[in-house]
Amino acid sequence: MCEFRYAWKRALPILLTYFFLAAGFGIMLQQAGLGAGWAAFASIFIYSGAFQYVVVSFLTAGTSLVTVALTALIMDSRQFFYGFSFLEDFRKGGWKYPYLVWSLTDETYALLTSLVIPAELNRPTVEFWVQLLSQLSWVLGSVFGAAMGAAIPFDFEGIDFLMTALFVTIVIDQWKRSANHFPALLGFGSSIVFLLLVGAANFMLPTLVFTTVILTVSSRREAKEAIDDPS
Amino acid sequence: MIHLSTTQIFLMIFIPGLITQILRALPFVVFGRRAISPMIRTLGAPLPFAIMAVLVVYCLKSIPTGSLKENLELLAAVLLVAGLHLTKKNTVLSISVGTVFYMVLVHIV
Repeated sequence: MCEFRYAWKRALPILLTYFFLAAGFGIMLQQAGLGAGWAAFASIFIYSGAFQYVVVSFLTAGTSLVTVALTALIMDSRQFFYGFSFLEDFRKGGWKYPYLVWSLTDETYALLTSLVIPAELNRPTVEFWVQLLSQLSWVLGSVFGAAMGAAIPFDFEGIDFLMTALFVTIVIDQWKRSANHFPALLGFGSSIVFLLLVGAANFMLPTLVFTTVILTVSSRREAKEAIDDPS
Repeated sequence: MIHLSTTQIFLMIFIPGLITQILRALPFVVFGRRAISPMIRTLGAPLPFAIMAVLVVYCLKSIPTGSLKENLELLAAVLLVAGLHLTKKNTVLSISVGTVFYMVLVHIV
């Protein structure tokens, strides 16, 4: 259970963030006329924060399934890139492997890649608890929001800043921990350029493809230099 | 209010959920079973640093089209979070104080 205690402490910022963000989703869903059951279904099955907010507006507008599917593909294309950092880790998880793949989100990806897990702890088990607790908090928050709905006398506008704040703290931690700032600067630079070029709705996919290609080329060159010059 | 049948509602949650989960599983399905090439392995290390920077910009994507007031509120809150985090080094504190500050700005100012 050491893994559980370690995971619980590290995941706390995500647990708080998720509960309130998901409550916002639940309230929106309830106001659109759907109850806690649907909120739980979406939070267990989709489990993608930003997209679930969009789904509510699609449901209210009666948007076509093709548009819904395409938007999911574009908005969640970033999820595709997260797995690459955990290919070997998750495989060691045994029966936990499918769930680890299922529940890797922006926030758990960010936290898990920035954790320096002590060697005596089992990595996949820590990852499993971080991800399970995070999703539990997300599901509970959305059910709470949908069940309480309008009864919560509070305007949640601006609550999504939780996510921004969480990411800012993670970037700062990563920046201090890393000697090589090229990947972070590449990420900032390319996303800002693509945002200005193609706009907020479409910039994520080109940004991630471009960044991945550049990092692949540069890490390939580094690997080659290391072989050519073994000193 | 929603004017859709239960089946339609189900599909509008199920289909995007399926797509999201396929996207999550794809790297593992493609690369999960074979030995991982050194190129993929070296890519896994710098990628998180780049992606986190991209996600921060993703959260601030409203700035090019936002009003001056909205942008100033957002930037003030981001600076507060960064400042707190650099000095106090406490993630929960930085996040909660920053968000309360932002919500106060949005609701009151």
